[in-house]
Amino acid sequence: MPILTVNKLTKSFGGLMAVSNVNMELEQGELVGLIGPNGAGKTTVFNLLTGIYPPTSGYITLYRNKKEEHIQGLKPYVICEKGIARTFQNIRLFKDLTVLDNVRIAMNKNSGYGLFSSFFHITRSYKNYEKEILEKSIELLRILKLDHKKDELAKNLPYGEQRQLEIIRALATNPCILLLDEPAAGMNPAETAQLTEMIGWIRENFKLTILLIEHDMSLVMKICERIYVLDYGMVIAEGTPDEIKSNKRVIEAYLGEEMGNA
Amino acid sequence: MEKFVKTSSKNVRWKASAVKWIVLILFYAIIQVLISTYIINDYIFSTFVTVCINIILAVSLNLITGFTGQFSLGHAGFMSIGAYTCALITLRYSTQFGFIGGLLLGAVLAAIVGIFVGLPTLRLKGDYLAIATLGMAEIIKILFRNVLEDITNGAAGLSGIPQFVNWTWLFIFTAGTVALISNFINSSHGRACISVREDEIAAEAMGINSTKYKVMAFVTGAFFAGIAGAIYSSYFYFISPDLFGFMKSIDILVIVVLGGMGSISGSVLSAIVLALISTYLQSFPELRMVIYGVLLILIMLFRPQGIMGSRELSLSDMKKWVQGIRRKNGGIA
Repeated sequence: MPILTVNKLTKSFGGLMAVSNVNMELEQGELVGLIGPNGAGKTTVFNLLTGIYPPTSGYITLYRNKKEEHIQGLKPYVICEKGIARTFQNIRLFKDLTVLDNVRIAMNKNSGYGLFSSFFHITRSYKNYEKEILEKSIELLRILKLDHKKDELAKNLPYGEQRQLEIIRALATNPCILLLDEPAAGMNPAETAQLTEMIGWIRENFKLTILLIEHDMSLVMKICERIYVLDYGMVIAEGTPDEIKSNKRVIEAYLGEEMGNA
Repeated sequence: MEKFVKTSSKNVRWKASAVKWIVLILFYAIIQVLISTYIINDYIFSTFVTVCINIILAVSLNLITGFTGQFSLGHAGFMSIGAYTCALITLRYSTQFGFIGGLLLGAVLAAIVGIFVGLPTLRLKGDYLAIATLGMAEIIKILFRNVLEDITNGAAGLSGIPQFVNWTWLFIFTAGTVALISNFINSSHGRACISVREDEIAAEAMGINSTKYKVMAFVTGAFFAGIAGAIYSSYFYFISPDLFGFMKSIDILVIVVLGGMGSISGSVLSAIVLALISTYLQSFPELRMVIYGVLLILIMLFRPQGIMGSRELSLSDMKKWVQGIRRKNGGIA
């Protein structure tokens, strides 16, 4: 059963076709990779899926709670509420806030109380909601092993933990689909291995569908069940890691035509 | 063990809020006594009023500029709406009731104007927003001066406004503003506002409707600026459109930047410090503004993040500070 389908998705910036006629399908619970050379349009696909840009044409359909709806062109916060969360290629944490606040903000979605309660901290709804959100955030940090740093500023975390916190923050929005934009970028092999394990664990325990962009092929080939390959904004190949490894067009795209022929 | 930790943290919180209340009430009572024994004369009290008005203005602008990250240069515009509304009402109904009614109506009107100005302009970012809000404040000024001349007495302004502001009202509104806005900052709405400042794209991707929270901060700030304006008109007898021009907005912004963007206690401190400096400098009238300017430059050079940065003054910090000083002194002795 698909949870997200992308149909003839196209985005052009002026004369440049960043993404053209992309078709994709994510099955419930799958872990899918999106790879391609630099500038292939991978992050643009993410930005279209999460509403940061509206597409020039095409459809994105989300199947959730036995309903299907088109979500292309909706505002990012609406798409987030519908259950698609993401991380960013160049980490975008709330740097000057604590780890705990980063997570709490992501849990905001339906603030459980009104403006009056936020001015006068005396209502029951304020107290209950704040307590609930605090407990939930600490619990989330605890199961992903970052609770010992909850009072540190996000910018003071080591690089690997910043990446980890970004994933935790995305999980705090309670998504059904998680989009990871180069989660292993800049990590050393040990950190990458740890991350690989974490992604698998998250998928099992949060019952998520994950789409990830990654350049680290060891990670992609190890955990992805299916891979889409993007080049010049078009899907040039799709299949299991083994199929992709031996696909001629993929090798051409990565290594150049002559090398591929040789 | 866990239970013990919980109850003790509850105790600490309870203690901290009790201390806050006692300090506030003591402060109120002491000043009240000093006023009734004429130790604080009218001249000192009028400085007090200016400081309190500046605190309200700075804290409310800090919510917009420091916490939500929206650069607004139109705060004096909202202030003038509150001032004119309250003045016009108390000129007709010269009672305590009229004053409070006028003050609240002024604040609400300022907030309503805030909605209409905020919805279209908050799409703009940074300096563009600053120019747009500056234009808004100028429009309001011109409205009071030329368009509504029949009611507002145009450029000559309104005079003989009945004086209802006493220490009690002043204290209630100043402490109330500071308390309400810091409560707001520490709520989920406030956290959402801060996340918009930190990274708007990331906030949107985490489900935060950035437009909604920007408008919310803008309107809240406008509301309290309206209150400040009402207090101004009701204490200083006289208002005219030119009092609420561009320079007034800049003055408020200076207080906020000097105190620290995103620090409420910083805004309060810097309102007090600036008032002290400018009162002291009144003995050198020719050089007053020169020295004031030099001081601002020096403070910005040596502390560009403002007096407090984005930190807040807290009891535990103060304790640490005192302990640090004691230790230092102990070491020397």
